[in-house]
Amino acid sequence: MPHAHDPIARLGGAVKRYGQLTALDGADLQLQRGELLALLGPNGAGKTTAIALLLGLIRADAGTVELFGQDPQRIEARRRIGVMLQNAELPPTLRVGELLRLTASYYPTPRTLEETAELAGVSDLLKRPYAKLSGGQQRRVQFALALCGRPELLFLDEPTVGMDIEARQKLWAAIRQLLAEGCSVLLTTHYLEEAEALADRVCVMTHGRMIHEGTVEELRARVALKRIRCLSALSIDTVRSWPEVNDVRRENERLHITTAEAEVVVRRLLAADLHLRELEVQRAGLAEAFTELTRDADEAADTDQREAA
Amino acid sequence: METVMSVNESTAPVMPRSRVIGAYLEEARSECLRYMRAPGFMLPIMLFPAMFYLLFGVLMAKSNGADAARYLLASYGVFGVMSPGLFGFGVSLALERDGGLLTFKRALPMPPGAYLLGKMLMAMVAAGVVILLLLTMAVTLGHVALSPLQAGALLLTGMLGVLPFCALGMFVGTLIKGQGAPGMLQLIYLPMSFMSGLWFPLPMLPKFLQQIAPIWPSYHLDMVAMAAVGLNKEAILTHVLVLLAFAIGFLLLAARRLRRNG
Repeated sequence: MPHAHDPIARLGGAVKRYGQLTALDGADLQLQRGELLALLGPNGAGKTTAIALLLGLIRADAGTVELFGQDPQRIEARRRIGVMLQNAELPPTLRVGELLRLTASYYPTPRTLEETAELAGVSDLLKRPYAKLSGGQQRRVQFALALCGRPELLFLDEPTVGMDIEARQKLWAAIRQLLAEGCSVLLTTHYLEEAEALADRVCVMTHGRMIHEGTVEELRARVALKRIRCLSALSIDTVRSWPEVNDVRRENERLHITTAEAEVVVRRLLAADLHLRELEVQRAGLAEAFTELTRDADEAADTDQREAA
Repeated sequence: METVMSVNESTAPVMPRSRVIGAYLEEARSECLRYMRAPGFMLPIMLFPAMFYLLFGVLMAKSNGADAARYLLASYGVFGVMSPGLFGFGVSLALERDGGLLTFKRALPMPPGAYLLGKMLMAMVAAGVVILLLLTMAVTLGHVALSPLQAGALLLTGMLGVLPFCALGMFVGTLIKGQGAPGMLQLIYLPMSFMSGLWFPLPMLPKFLQQIAPIWPSYHLDMVAMAAVGLNKEAILTHVLVLLAFAIGFLLLAARRLRRNG
C-alpha cells in the first residue's frame, strides 16, 4: 500500500556534535509532499546543520536522516532536489547560461533553459558572466540553478538576503508557482514576513532542537499577547503601573502597549483618558511570538545550566 | 520500511547512462572554459617551471654539452609537470572549499567523479603545454637532438605523470582551506624537487639525500622521464607502479576526507 503521507524529508532525533559544541541535539523534522515548511531560529540555532544533514553534506552522530526514504548521501535521492545555499561563490568567468546548462546536466529530466530562465526571471542575464552581476542578480541566478532540474523538493537557505523589495516579491511569486506545481520547499529565513507570506507550516529551532512546529496561526496563538496603540496624554509611568501591562513605550506621541489582557487595559485607558484617540488593538505578530518562544527556551536553558552547576 | 522505500523510489526518475556521461562532459567543459577565460591562474603555474628551465637548463648549462641539456630537459620537465598537478589541483580545490562552491556541488546530484575528472583533464592539458614549451626551447635554444618518438614519450610521461601530483595536491587541498594552500604547496614542491635531483643531479647531493630519494614520487617520475629521452636504459616498470600506487593512495585519502568533512 502506498503511503501518501510518508514524509519526503525527515530528521528523527538527529544529533550532530562538533567537538564540545552540540549543533543538533535530537532534532525532529518532517516535510510532507507539496508543502512549504519554514525553518526559523536565531543564529547558531542549528538550522544550517539541519539542512546540511538533509543534503548529505555531513553525517549525523545519532538519529535518522532521510530524503525520499533514502540516505541523502545517495545520489539517487539528491537527483530529486534543488538547492540554493547562502554562500556559494560560483565560477566567476562562466556565463549564466553556461552555469544553468552545467547544473541541468546533473538531472534526469531538467527544465529547458528558457523555462528555467523565465521562471527565475534571469532571461536577460543568460549571456552575462556571473561575476559581472549585482548581488541581487546573483541570488536570482542561484535560484534558477536550484529549480533547473525540475526538483520535487527545493532547499532554499535565506533566499532573499541581499534582494530589494521588488526582487523579493518576484521570488516569492516564483516560489508560489513552484508550490502550485506540486514542488515542496524547505525554507530557512531571517525574515519572518517571508515565512508569513509563504509557509504552510513553521518550525522554530533554538539550541539544536525544535521548540515549536505548526501553522503560522498556531505559532501566533502560542503567544497570547496583544498590541494596543493609541494617541493619549497619559504618561508612560501611569500605564506601566497597571498590573495587566507587560510593556509600554512611546513612539512619536503614540503609546505602544503590550498586554495579555487587552480588554481590561482598553477599559482602563478609556476611563483614564477621555480624549484618547486612534485606538488600535492587534494580535502580536510572528516576530513577537518568535521572540517570546526563543526567550522562553533561552531561560529554560539557563535554568538547566544553573541546576547542573 | 519496505513500503516507504517502494513509494519513494517508484516515482524517482531514472538517470540514463547517456545523461551521466553528458554530466561528466559538461563538467570538464566548464572547468576548461573557466580557466581559459581567467589565464591569470594557470599561466604562472605553467610559465614558472618554463622560466626555470630557460635560466638553468638552457642559458646556464650551455658549456656542459648536449647530454647535459638532454638530462636537464627530463628533470626540468618533471619539475614543470609537478606544478599544474600540485597547484592547479590543490589551490583551486582549497579555494573552492573555502568559497562554498564545493559544498554546493556536493549538495547537487553531480556525479562525484565529474568534478575531479574535470580538474584532472585541466591539469593534464597544462602539463602537456609545459612539456611542449620545454621541448621547443630544448630543440631550438638548447640544440638537444630528440627523435619524434622520444619527444612523444616525454610528452606522454608528462601528461600522465601529472596525476600522482594531482592526487597529492588534492590531499593538501582537503587539509588546508583557502589562502594558506599555495604556501603549504610551495613547501612541498620546492624541497621535494631539490631532494629528487631535479635541480642538481642526485650524485651531487649529500649521501643521505641520495638514499632517501626513492621516497619522493618526483624521483620516480624523473627516472621515467630519463628513459623517455634515452638516458635511462633500466626497466621503468617499478617506477611506474610506485607512481600509480602513490596516485591511488592519495586519491583515496583525499576522497575520504572530502566525503567526511567537505
